[in-house]
Amino acid sequence: MGWYKRRLSKSLWVFHVSGSPCNNCDIEILDLLTPRYDVERFGIKLVGSVRHADVLLVTGVFNKKVAPKIKKLYEQAPKPIFVVAVGTCVSGGCCFKDSYNIVPDRGEVIPIDLYIPGCPPKPEAMIAAVAKLIGVLNG
Amino acid sequence: MIGWTIFYLLVFPGLLFTAVLGLIVGWVDRKVSARVQFRVGPPLFQNFNDFFKLLGKETIIVRDSVHSIFVLSPLVAFGVTTLIAAMLGVVLFYGFGFGGDLLVIMYLLMIYSVMVILGGSATGNVYSSLGAGREIKLLLADELAFIFVCLVPIIKSGYQIRLEEILSAQSGGLFVGSFSGVLAFIVGLLCIQAKMTQPPFHIPEAETEIVEGPLMEYSGPLLGFWKLNQAMQWVVFPFLLIVLFLGGFNGAGWDILWSVLKYLGIVVIMILIKNTNPRIRIDTALKFFWKYLTPVALLAVILAVLGV
Repeated sequence: MGWYKRRLSKSLWVFHVSGSPCNNCDIEILDLLTPRYDVERFGIKLVGSVRHADVLLVTGVFNKKVAPKIKKLYEQAPKPIFVVAVGTCVSGGCCFKDSYNIVPDRGEVIPIDLYIPGCPPKPEAMIAAVAKLIGVLNG
Repeated sequence: MIGWTIFYLLVFPGLLFTAVLGLIVGWVDRKVSARVQFRVGPPLFQNFNDFFKLLGKETIIVRDSVHSIFVLSPLVAFGVTTLIAAMLGVVLFYGFGFGGDLLVIMYLLMIYSVMVILGGSATGNVYSSLGAGREIKLLLADELAFIFVCLVPIIKSGYQIRLEEILSAQSGGLFVGSFSGVLAFIVGLLCIQAKMTQPPFHIPEAETEIVEGPLMEYSGPLLGFWKLNQAMQWVVFPFLLIVLFLGGFNGAGWDILWSVLKYLGIVVIMILIKNTNPRIRIDTALKFFWKYLTPVALLAVILAVLGV
């Protein structure tokens, strides 16, 4: 199993899920995938279909309409799948925490493996977080 | 005898050699693309990591799909690719024919495209069926030009369709050295670009538009086999051009360097075409092939008949 997890940690394919964000984190995720940061060095690749994904990058407070869709997306992804929550919204709700139509606890919708705080987090912070995920996979 | 056949199919020019070389050349592709975009690019064993990772993932068989075709089409395509690789490799490395000639290879290449179409339309997904439809149109666009390109070496070798005869007819001079040979070689280079669905002809798989098209619903090992097929095509199609126009390989002394150079030259030209051109629309592709490349290929055939 250790051998397979090392292979997995060197080839994380990322699928971008936006659960009603303010689009700030999404822009930073796009920045992360530009040639300047070049995450292909670590084997990280953006894929368009959730069937190819190993990591779901989730952003935003999930509102009540989007939450079932996100749960469905998580169920459609092939296991093992990791969920990385980008931004303060997913962990704490940020400035939307008192809004009437958000899901109070995002961790109950789908199991989240890693939280990256920040509004929005810098691409460097995301790379550091994904490196931590790789470290966890390598044991 | 049967032992050698299995060896040819599964180890040296066939499965193992082609897969390893294809995955490494796939890395060359990604690395050169990264350097063109001023990036660092992935490490050497990236494609191996991707493939082994996909083998360990869960396979999801979509409920709306036609299950048998959904599962079988990547495997049949994999078998077809292995067979073509073995046939071309045996001719190139051992110098004798192995169970088929150029016509068989042309049919098998078409079966590969048919498998992509079947696999894409069996998934029951809208984007996949769109991709399958585009694959049909791309096949219609490039097939005639490709047949003309294959006709040129047949005519120039004195109407021989066996691969080893085509190779031995080039011992006097390479077919690419003549005028019709150059025309056919250039058209052939663009045709294999379209057959491999590499950019600018990645219309069926347009990632930003229809999300990898026919491969969209595949996951786990089945997706791994599709990716392996695409990697093996980095070996199959350049080898085909080398057999048809560049006179094969020669393993003696310094000639081995020249042989490697032929292969790498074709691959690097393809990668540079890929990196400097945006994706074209399906109607532009049809127009490009039917209006410009097919007449050029036909001209090459006529010139070859006249002996130029």
